[in-house]
Amino acid sequence: MTNDTEDIEIRLLLEAIFHRYHYDFRGYAQASIRRRLKQAKEFFSCPTYSNLQDRVLHDSAVFTRLVSFLTIQVSELFRDPQYFKAIRETVVPYLKTYPSLKVWIAGCSEGEEVYSLAILFREEGFGNRVIIYATDINPVAIERAEAGVYNLDRMKLFTENHRLSGGKSSLSDYYTAAYGAAVFDKSLREQIVFSDHSLVTDSVFAEVQFVSCRNVLIYFDRELQNRAVRLFHGSLSRHGFLGLGMKESLRFTEYASSFIEWNRDVRIYQKKST
Amino acid sequence: MGASIPKAVVIGTSAGGVTALSKILSRLPKDFRLPVMVVIHVPPDKPSIMSSLFREKCGAPVKEIEDKEEIVDGTVYFAAPDYHMLVEPSKRLSLSMDERVFHSRPSIDVLFESASHCFGDSLIGVILTGANEDGANGLNAVERVGGVAIVQTPQEAEHQEMPRAAIEKCKSARVMTLEEIANYLVEVSVRQ
Ligand SMILES: C[S@@+](CC[C@H](N)C(=O)[O-])C[C@H]1O[C@@H](n2cnc3c(N)ncnc32)[C@H](O)[C@@H]1O
Repeated sequence: MTNDTEDIEIRLLLEAIFHRYHYDFRGYAQASIRRRLKQAKEFFSCPTYSNLQDRVLHDSAVFTRLVSFLTIQVSELFRDPQYFKAIRETVVPYLKTYPSLKVWIAGCSEGEEVYSLAILFREEGFGNRVIIYATDINPVAIERAEAGVYNLDRMKLFTENHRLSGGKSSLSDYYTAAYGAAVFDKSLREQIVFSDHSLVTDSVFAEVQFVSCRNVLIYFDRELQNRAVRLFHGSLSRHGFLGLGMKESLRFTEYASSFIEWNRDVRIYQKKST
Repeated sequence: MGASIPKAVVIGTSAGGVTALSKILSRLPKDFRLPVMVVIHVPPDKPSIMSSLFREKCGAPVKEIEDKEEIVDGTVYFAAPDYHMLVEPSKRLSLSMDERVFHSRPSIDVLFESASHCFGDSLIGVILTGANEDGANGLNAVERVGGVAIVQTPQEAEHQEMPRAAIEKCKSARVMTLEEIANYLVEVSVRQ
């Protein structure tokens, strides 16, 4: 069933993308990739995946568009408020014992999670003792994250999420509204370093005390999940924390025994000493 | 009727789905032999109550899926709220946060389309009561790969839109009451 012509074409297309552009989607979970490529094929009016491959190889603009089909930019500020609440209540007291704090948000999409944590750390009194590395594979998403501009009609949900996360101030303190858009405060960005980084092909770049990587691992097959968690493990200092999405876990990875379940409900882990 | 022996079941439903599903799942015996993947639309902020709700009613084991878990025969899997559920060619289940389909995440179409790709003509797809048209394209995919397409009799359904949309898109769909669907599934399991 899974070796029909389309499967072959899809494998070759991903191979072509890797060799031409060094973006490696070959180890992503196939069902979702297949669905996304089908949408892309229709969008570019390509009769076949082989035809799409031809266009991608010869036109880098097509590739840029295709990356946006293959990576899913769905996010919210303070998505799953209970995750952020748990960070405030159980992780922050621990993080406060470090003289300075480095945080890595991997797969940060268009910045929703980044501003959430930047605001949280400000509310919790970290001042300028925190540096946040915000990374994603999609350069367009990174650019938007850096801009920090969101549609005003999303603010109602974001404000409610922020409140439920135990927010100590008003979300509107952190953005200005203009022309239907909410623009997040520049001062928040002073502590954020945005950059292009792939969990599949790049390596550890800094030592951090907290990694937040939410709803990215679900798009990977097990082997890639292992690779990503290896990076997190290598990047975390002793007793550092790792937060995942609400339905992700380390259970099926090689690193299950290298972390303790710090908060099972919201999938926060702590790196063991050895 | 599919050419091969059915190996897996997917069920999709929305409004009215809890009652309808109870009537089917409560009939599945402890030694039911096929895996069953279920999408029922629920508000995204609701905690995952479905699997615990049906655990008591169903003889077969019921659980909410975990990302990349292997599909085990005889287990009933519920999608997690606010995530799509997909079947991987490796016969594992995966989650995704892709955009909503017909305002729904999880979406029935997403599950059915990925499952048809993996199980081909050994898949049974079932659409029950519901008030939108998610599932019609998915059931059509089941039909196209030669699987068995089943739709709850609209007159019996609490909400008819979903079954009607599915029948519209699937010419070969068998239209059956909940009782008949349950009988059929039990019988298929015995034939394994
Ligand atoms: C569904 S979004 C999650 C956004 C946010 N973390 C959240 O949970 O709301 C998934 C993100 O992972 C990114 N991504 C996909 N593959 C990646 C990779 N290999 N390395 C880094 N980021 C990746 C996508 O570009 C996308 O921004």
